[in-house]
Amino acid sequence: MIQTLRKLWRNPGGLHLAENKDISTQCPSRQIPLAAQLVIPLLQHAGEKPKVVTNVNVGAYVYKGQTLAVAQSNNSVNVHATTSGTISAIELRPIAHPSGLHDLCVVLMPDGKDAWGDSRLPAYPNYTEIDPAILRQRVKDAGVVGMGGAVFPSAVKLNVRPDKPIRTLILNGAECEPYISCDDMLMREQAAEIVAGAQVMMHMVKPQECLIGVEDNKPYAIAAMQAAVDAAQDSRIQVVAVPTLYPSGGAKQLTFILTGKEVPSGGRSSDIGVVCNNVATARAIYHAVVHGEPSLSRYVTVTGNGIAQPCNLEVPFGTPISHLAAHAGGTTPQAKRWRMGGPMMGITLHDPAVPVVKAMNCLLINDELEHTQAAMPCIRCGRCTDACPTSLLPQQLYWFARAKEFDKAKAHHLSDCIECGCCEYVCPSHIPLVSYYRFAKAEIRAERTAKVKADLARERHEFHLERLERAKREKAEKLAKHKEQAQTTTDDSKKAAIQAALDRAKAKKAEAAAQTLSEDTTA
Amino acid sequence: MIASKPDVSTLMQQVLYALIPGTLLLVWFFGWGIITNWVLAIGFALLFEALMLKWRQRPIEPFLLDYSAVLTAWLLAVAMPAFSPWWLIAVAMLFAIVIGKHLYGGLGYNPFNPAMVGYAAMLVSYPVQMTIWPEPVAFSFAHIGADQAFQKVFWGINTGWDALSGATPLDAVKVSLGLNKTLDDIYATGQFGLLSGEAWAWINVAWLSGGLWLLQRKVISWHMPVALLISLGGMAMIFWLINPQIYASPLFHLFGGAAMLGAFFIITDPVSASTTPMGKLIYAAGIGLFTYIIRTWGGYPDAIAFAVLIMNMAVPLIDYYTQPRVYGTKRSWLG
Ligand code: SF4
Ligand code: SF4
Repeated sequence: MIQTLRKLWRNPGGLHLAENKDISTQCPSRQIPLAAQLVIPLLQHAGEKPKVVTNVNVGAYVYKGQTLAVAQSNNSVNVHATTSGTISAIELRPIAHPSGLHDLCVVLMPDGKDAWGDSRLPAYPNYTEIDPAILRQRVKDAGVVGMGGAVFPSAVKLNVRPDKPIRTLILNGAECEPYISCDDMLMREQAAEIVAGAQVMMHMVKPQECLIGVEDNKPYAIAAMQAAVDAAQDSRIQVVAVPTLYPSGGAKQLTFILTGKEVPSGGRSSDIGVVCNNVATARAIYHAVVHGEPSLSRYVTVTGNGIAQPCNLEVPFGTPISHLAAHAGGTTPQAKRWRMGGPMMGITLHDPAVPVVKAMNCLLINDELEHTQAAMPCIRCGRCTDACPTSLLPQQLYWFARAKEFDKAKAHHLSDCIECGCCEYVCPSHIPLVSYYRFAKAEIRAERTAKVKADLARERHEFHLERLERAKREKAEKLAKHKEQAQTTTDDSKKAAIQAALDRAKAKKAEAAAQTLSEDTTA
Repeated sequence: MIASKPDVSTLMQQVLYALIPGTLLLVWFFGWGIITNWVLAIGFALLFEALMLKWRQRPIEPFLLDYSAVLTAWLLAVAMPAFSPWWLIAVAMLFAIVIGKHLYGGLGYNPFNPAMVGYAAMLVSYPVQMTIWPEPVAFSFAHIGADQAFQKVFWGINTGWDALSGATPLDAVKVSLGLNKTLDDIYATGQFGLLSGEAWAWINVAWLSGGLWLLQRKVISWHMPVALLISLGGMAMIFWLINPQIYASPLFHLFGGAAMLGAFFIITDPVSASTTPMGKLIYAAGIGLFTYIIRTWGGYPDAIAFAVLIMNMAVPLIDYYTQPRVYGTKRSWLG
């Protein structure tokens, strides 16, 4: 095993947390029987909601991998049936969202056959001969989104602009949140597929190197990945062990640790020549391109002291979390709180019927309750500042959020907060800081939308006024024309009358003259 | 896991623990006078705190148990002269807790260090009472009994003991220099040891050790103590090198007054201090600078309290201009 020594950069802040990962890595990951009912949400990613296709109706039979809904824009991906069966409903169901909101889902009764029919997409085993644009479309059609938690459509990330060439492809295997071990197990068990996925991506974005960053608390994963890289004999790819320090797994943090470059505030990692993808995403891309298989399942860590046998399961999207708990030995009396994600950044789930989605890396069930201690006033001790990996001033942001001084919060870079929760974790006053930031961010967003709406309304109003004005103007013009026309007509008739009179007089004169003449001649 | 995840009350408790060695030494040298200070100060502080919380309709228990009022009281108890009359302590606590803290919104909202508000108010209002320290005598209990102490503290009766004529080293130096004596003359009296008066030097060493323990426990960060000691010591060094006959040595400045207590316990009060890493350095260095200036050319022998209050006023400005550079943004000046 050759491990090249690489210079690593140190992020500010960060925490050494109790990891609690061992409890779920005692046995290999496994698959579980299909649930009696799968609830597949249409919106599992950041971006626009895809639209249900016309032949997917209640009562329709669908095959595994069949497209249920299609992307409506670039910021959207397709959604697929994750097994074969009959659609029993298309309706609002509870989904994994902090607010407990319901959203549109396709409800599927599996027939147990898990039959693909002919819904596999054409496979591209020789993808190097295929235009990256086509592969990107494939990634989108296959519904691949970032599986590290951000669920950003992968095709968008892999779209390299010619003016911003990519130097480094980063595979994120840091997985820094306590309790979560799904990427660890995936790397141990599917290392070859992950490396193959990295190679597919390298064909698409043409980087000079690919760095696979893994926190050094996962020695087995590092060894497995290194072995897979060695086997692939691809000198561009390098496995890099990074120090275990939460939140090294944040995309921006890992980028800095590995490259010493910072993603510009408000910008994207491609601005500094970096594309960063989670290892599970790499595997999904491999399946989508090389085997023509849409993204249908993922590894999920089911853990916590509320679960009898913590483990990792590979589950199809749409499986209710209660089904996961049941197949992880069932719950224990400590099962007080259900969470999607880890203890730092996860969100609390209020309904055991909530389905597994692409973003769900971990189902954490334990007895830890939210904000058990009453918050005390901020004593400005600065511990939050020391812990913040983004070098923000959390206590100031908290103050501004509380006072609803959103302009100041913006000026203090609220938008750069990655909501890692380090500040909240160390706060001796037990202030739920991140909730305040989320609140402020939501308010700022709402303000912006309201402004856009108001602008639109104003525009519409102005347009309306304009139209009225124009109508009035046109009417006035018409009227004026009419009048003028009427005027001209009367003028003409007068003139005509005068002319006629003149003519008549002339004629009379001529007659008289003729008469005289005839008289003359007759005389 | 981070070493400990303390809450406000555990943090305050640790600061209180760190105050114990210095306080014990004070008791050793000044006996009952420190104990009466301590009991009275904490008693008044809790009383005023509870009354203010009730008046402001805040939950009393969690705030009383956060130990912040106790800490304020303890700091004042060790900063005020031993055998301070009870009413002096009461008025000092009134200024500290009621005016310095609650009228500004209570814990977390006070722009000024409450203990220093109390101390400075007393120093300005009662300069005589505030500058008479008894002579430090080892094992002081034996020399001045409890009954004498109580008579002095509660009834203002000075039952014929002369030990109350002393002054702190800084005070003595100031007075002597005012009489056109040189420092050599002063040292020649043998009143003060190598550093600055044996007793005071020992007490400062005790504060220092408590402070180092706080540093080691990560209750405070190094920024403020280091910056204060360097700036105060540095100023003293410069002028001492210029003329050692008029300007006291750096060691004297660091161990003769409240420098150690100030560096580790007073200016590190997070609420009223700067919060950014760079800001902490500037804030504390400013305190060191003003302390030296006021000690040397101002009207008061020790000046930590005034220096702290002055720099408290500058905190919003300092914080604003020392925001750390945020990930992914351009470097602003300083930061
Ligand atoms: S850690 Fe908490 S108490 Fe300390 S400054 Fe930050 S928000 Fe305030
Ligand atoms: S949640 Fe935001 S403010 Fe708090 S430590 Fe993380 S990045 Fe900094």
